[in-house]
Amino acid sequence: MATKMGIEVSVAIGEAVRLANADVIAAYPITPQTHIVEHLAELVANGELDAQYIPVESEHSAMSACLGASAVGARTFTATAGQGLELMHEVLYVASSMRLPVIMTVANRALSAPLSVWGDHSDVMAVRDVGWIQIFTENGQEVVDNVLCAFRIGEDRRVLLPVMIHLDGFHLSHVIEPILFPEQSEVDQFLPPNQYPLPLDPSKPVSMGDFGPPIIYFETKWAQEVNLEAAREVILQCWNEFGKTFQRYYSPVECYHSEDAKVLLLTMGSFSETAMTAIDKMRGDGRGVGLIRLRLWRPFPFGEIRQAVKNAEVLIVLDRALSFGGPGGPVCSEVKSALYGEDKKPRVIGFVGGLGGRDITPAGFEEIINRGIEISQKGSDQEFEIFGVRE
Amino acid sequence: MENYAVFVPRLVTKKENFAPGHRACIGCGEALAVRLACKALGQNVIIANATGCIEIISSQLPYTSWRVPWIHTLFENTAAVASGIESGLKIQMKKGRMAQQEIRIVAMAGDGATSDIGLQALSGAMERGHNFLYICFDNEAYMNTGVQRSSATPYGASTTTSPAGKVSIGQVTWKKNMPAIAAAHDIPYVATACPSYPFDLMAKVAKGAAAPGPAYIHILSPCPTGWRFATDLAIKIGRLAIETGIFPLYEVENGTYRLNLDLSKLRPVADYMKLQGRFRHLSEDIINEIQQRVDAEYTKLKERAS
Amino acid sequence: MTNPEGMLTWKDLEIGSIVAEPGNASQYQTGDWRSERPIFDNSKCIKCGICYIFCPEGCIEQNAEGYFEANLFYCKGCGICARECWTRAITIVPEEE
Repeated sequence: MATKMGIEVSVAIGEAVRLANADVIAAYPITPQTHIVEHLAELVANGELDAQYIPVESEHSAMSACLGASAVGARTFTATAGQGLELMHEVLYVASSMRLPVIMTVANRALSAPLSVWGDHSDVMAVRDVGWIQIFTENGQEVVDNVLCAFRIGEDRRVLLPVMIHLDGFHLSHVIEPILFPEQSEVDQFLPPNQYPLPLDPSKPVSMGDFGPPIIYFETKWAQEVNLEAAREVILQCWNEFGKTFQRYYSPVECYHSEDAKVLLLTMGSFSETAMTAIDKMRGDGRGVGLIRLRLWRPFPFGEIRQAVKNAEVLIVLDRALSFGGPGGPVCSEVKSALYGEDKKPRVIGFVGGLGGRDITPAGFEEIINRGIEISQKGSDQEFEIFGVRE
Repeated sequence: MENYAVFVPRLVTKKENFAPGHRACIGCGEALAVRLACKALGQNVIIANATGCIEIISSQLPYTSWRVPWIHTLFENTAAVASGIESGLKIQMKKGRMAQQEIRIVAMAGDGATSDIGLQALSGAMERGHNFLYICFDNEAYMNTGVQRSSATPYGASTTTSPAGKVSIGQVTWKKNMPAIAAAHDIPYVATACPSYPFDLMAKVAKGAAAPGPAYIHILSPCPTGWRFATDLAIKIGRLAIETGIFPLYEVENGTYRLNLDLSKLRPVADYMKLQGRFRHLSEDIINEIQQRVDAEYTKLKERAS
Repeated sequence: MTNPEGMLTWKDLEIGSIVAEPGNASQYQTGDWRSERPIFDNSKCIKCGICYIFCPEGCIEQNAEGYFEANLFYCKGCGICARECWTRAITIVPEEE
């Protein structure tokens, strides 16, 4: 019988990793991910999870140790946040280009300076191009479900790519939520064992990590891109399978009252749940508004975005990260680029808010939507709107 | 060291797991050191290699010189990757997914990748007690990128980032003592070696690989290109490094020092340095300074080993 | 390896650019590099094997009679074997071509 309990989301992640029977965990503590790695250490120390726990001396070494473990066929997990994600930056590229499945949860955290342990998406946006599969979650159940899916997707023979599961630091990592955990037998059924096709093995020696001169490097990158694109299909299949097994379905873009709405808001991460409250209230007031929740960040769901917004006149995108000197909100710029070639498309207005753990209430979202509608009618001389900064 | 009056190539495996056709410079001492290490390691090994000379000359896509499993990722993380490999194998054998077998994990890295950028990862791996052998192939500079100085570059050597000039003697700091740093981590086995003493090197590599826990071997790798000497001199120069006391051969087993070659009289350091272009600019005074320091260090080492 | 690297398409690459053919670098003729070569005088050779041990390429081979010879496909002509040979049985001569 599946167990439902009130549990801190970070601790729930540890439980999900236990259910997945991970082999190697190499992690370095950093707020707000600490509860994840602490709980995992406890599970290993009590023999509840049979895994090698490597208490590495930095995030760079954490991801490097994960590469080594994955290369010999072990099911590998780590977690990090903010500065930690930045410190392992170069290793992230290596994991994806060497096709080594490593599953990582990132408790999204703002980047220094000034030091901030609180949540926003700036750490994620700095690793957009690293070639990992990246999935956003909005509540505890989604995190647990997607951690399980991540192992299945990443280790799939057709994919063999590392996967990041993003959850908002503190806002999601540190809250206690009701989560339904599947039975171990159900997980064992859903999650096949990891069988890396060409591991480091003395009986079948391979060389991994050759260097690539100009005559061949380009081909390796294109092969990598083709593979990441092909992963799309496997992700959809996995989510479909998960839905059939556990009755919870996930899709790259989740629509909330968006089919008939002329004005849409797009959010990513835990803000989506707050936004839903605002949408409910505004619809109660007779406003034609709806919400698009972006779940699959990489590979970017171009088709699903275009489909979701095709009947809208205004699309307001809220970013939780700021690309300095650039388009403002990275998600907004990607959405704009997805819609650029469409003959019929909504006017896209970008907002940046919630940086460094700054909250946005449902009333705040109402304000954002109203201001977005105003700009769509009157125009603006700014590339994007900043919301919630004291001026 | 054993009595090497009779050299017996028969005792050494004919297998070349570091296959010829690699692109090392003509007369490369490091390539020889790797070749010899591979002979001592055998087939049941997984090698994690840092970015550097050996990695570049042996792994140009789509070729490889390696006949054993080999992985290269980045420059500073060899010890961390080796830690992951060790843990990954251990747990899979424990869970019964992999047959119980002896697979030796060996990290190979240059002096830059060890004593500079990779020091943190190495220290962490040694502290955590992973069962692996770390071999530092020390050619005393960042050779592959064009002879830039590292913390292993000896005092007075001219490199491209510590060039001898009108107001500089070249490298102004003394060589970082990596074996001592490794020994300070209380690991079961630390050793120094040189390809000029091939049987000693191979015995030490085998010993290090068999040690229960982290082992560290520091191999002096004479480099004709960077040290500026003729292509046939790598063995002779390696020998002189030992005979002058500049690079003593010793082991540290569970904290106990042992000098493998206890020389009652050291050759003058000038014998070693005058053969190398990187020392050509040094004055008598500097050479004397070096001589005094080498003598002092050797005496200290002898005391520790007695 | 059936294609020289200039002919490989992205589809020809193994996953993660892994090289699954151990030691295939042995196709590369490093012997092209040399400007001098070693000549072995078996009348002086004592079959000690020191040349074999000290060759950085690992290209010195022992024949059926126990004498040694450099495999010229790989030999880079560094001269270490000649310098280290105990009986001076190896001499270095310039490449003819």
